[in-house]
Formats: sequence, C-alpha cells, structure tokens
Amino acid sequence: MFESFEIVNFTPVSAFVGGLVIGLAALWMMLAQGRIAGISGLCAGVFQPRAAGNLPWQLAFLFGLLVAGASSGLWAGEGISSYGLSRSQPALIVAGLLVGFGTRMGSGCTSGHGICGLARLSPRSMVATGVFMTSGFVVASLITNLSGGAL
Amino acid sequence: MSRIASSFFAGLLFGIGLVLAGMADPTKVFGFLNVTAAWDPSLALVMGGALLVYGIGYPLVREWEQPLLAESFCVPERSEITGNLAVGAALFGAGWAIAGFCPGPVIVALGAGMDAAVTFVPAMFVGMGLYRFTLGRNVEPAGPAPREAGVDA
Repeated sequence: MFESFEIVNFTPVSAFVGGLVIGLAALWMMLAQGRIAGISGLCAGVFQPRAAGNLPWQLAFLFGLLVAGASSGLWAGEGISSYGLSRSQPALIVAGLLVGFGTRMGSGCTSGHGICGLARLSPRSMVATGVFMTSGFVVASLITNLSGGAL
Repeated sequence: MSRIASSFFAGLLFGIGLVLAGMADPTKVFGFLNVTAAWDPSLALVMGGALLVYGIGYPLVREWEQPLLAESFCVPERSEITGNLAVGAALFGAGWAIAGFCPGPVIVALGAGMDAAVTFVPAMFVGMGLYRFTLGRNVEPAGPAPREAGVDA
C-alpha cells in the first residue's frame, strides 16, 4: 500500500463549484421549508406512513434529482448516462442493500450527515461522517489491493 | 410558491450540483475513496464548497422566526452517539465504496438512465425497507410531526 501514491484526475474548480451549488440547494430547503436536505431520509419517506402528509414534497425533491440527471445531456457535455465503474450485478445489488440499510440504521447519508449535519455542528453527524468516510476509504482500498479494482 | 414547487426546485438544483461536482460519476467517487494509490482528492472540495455555503447560511436562517413556506423549522435534535449510528454509517460507507453511489447521486444517475443505477436503486429501497421492518421496526420515524401533515402541500 501507498507505494505508488500519486494525485490523479484532480478537478478542484468543478468540484468546488458543484459543492457551492449543492450547498445552495440544501440551504434553500432550510430557508424555504425548514428542512434538512437529507436524501436517504427523503427516500425512506415511503416507509413512514405516519408522516404520509410529507410524501408529496419528498417525492417532488426526488423528482427534481431525476430531472437533473435526465437533462444532464443538455448542460453537462455529453451527460452522465455513459458513466460507470466496472461492477457486476451482484456487487451492485449488495452495495444497494448496504447503502439502503446502512443509511437508515445510521440516520443519514452524505447529504444529511456529511453536509447539513456537519455544518450544524451535530456531534452525531460528525461521528457518522467520520465512520462512513473511513469505511469507504478502507473498503475501496481493499477492493483495489485484493481484487485489482474490479468486483 | 408551494412546497411541492420549492422541493422540486431544491432537488433539481441539488442534482445539478452533484453532476457538476462529479459526485454522480461512480469512477470519480471510487477514485476519491481509493486513497492508497492514484488518489483523486476532488470530492473533498465538494464537501468544502457545500459546507462553506451551508455553514454560513444555516446559522443566519435559524435566526428567523420561521421558514418562508412552513410554520416551523424541523431539524434533528438528537445528540447521543449510538451503536446503530456507527454501525449503520460503516455499512453505508462500505456500499458507497463498492458501487461508487450514495443516495442522492444514484437517483440523479437513474434519471440519466445509467445502467448501474437501474440495478442499485431498487436494491437500496429494499435495504431501507429491510431496516424499517427489522431493526428499525420500533424506532420512531424520523422527521415530520403529524400536525404538519398535509399543510398546504
């Protein structure tokens, strides 16, 4: 490990600008509706019948994400539909199950904990973000070093 | 503006930000998480940009009596660090690294018709349901109080 360490594909400007836009969108949710822009929580809204009255606006947010992707060919070069990582169907299914189960068990994901929670200085979000980043670093490194980067 | 239109706008803007940032590109996400060789640190700047805006804006907005389109702010109040929090976050991080997707970007990728997202998203919802009806069956649903249900939606 670390023997061939180098920085590659660094795109600081687009990453930072994209981050500013994400921050604005999350801030809009707070100033307009008083809500955290936590996307795993929005997705899980369909499993929370007690809060069914919130389903319409939760679905509207998710629909906005879908439209952003569907329209990306119009404003983001050739769009993103051809992006991909070399992963088998079983690996994708396992990953989806882990992300779905884990974000509910851990009460949030990259948006709710990693952005909104950190900015609110929430201790729970600091712990969660530290743990999921560390877990991600470890698992990605294991994939690279044990299976040559493919699954 | 209704809450529906406001939420759609927020989701659209959030999704545009994710695409611009590179978060919807699983290869770029993996390149960021793969710290032991040929590292792409870009996504650290995504978090930096988002935290800059939200970190400055959030405290200012919370000085307001109420949000523009709702009666009150609804933010998580819990502060206790639990085993569920840590284990859940660890499982999430593992799945994030395997596929290069977290929940927001994969919905954007689904909208773009990305093959991997078509497989991942149903599995993600199944995973959420599995938690909801197993370990999470006795947990109070997070989020909205019933009294807010249906208001001007």
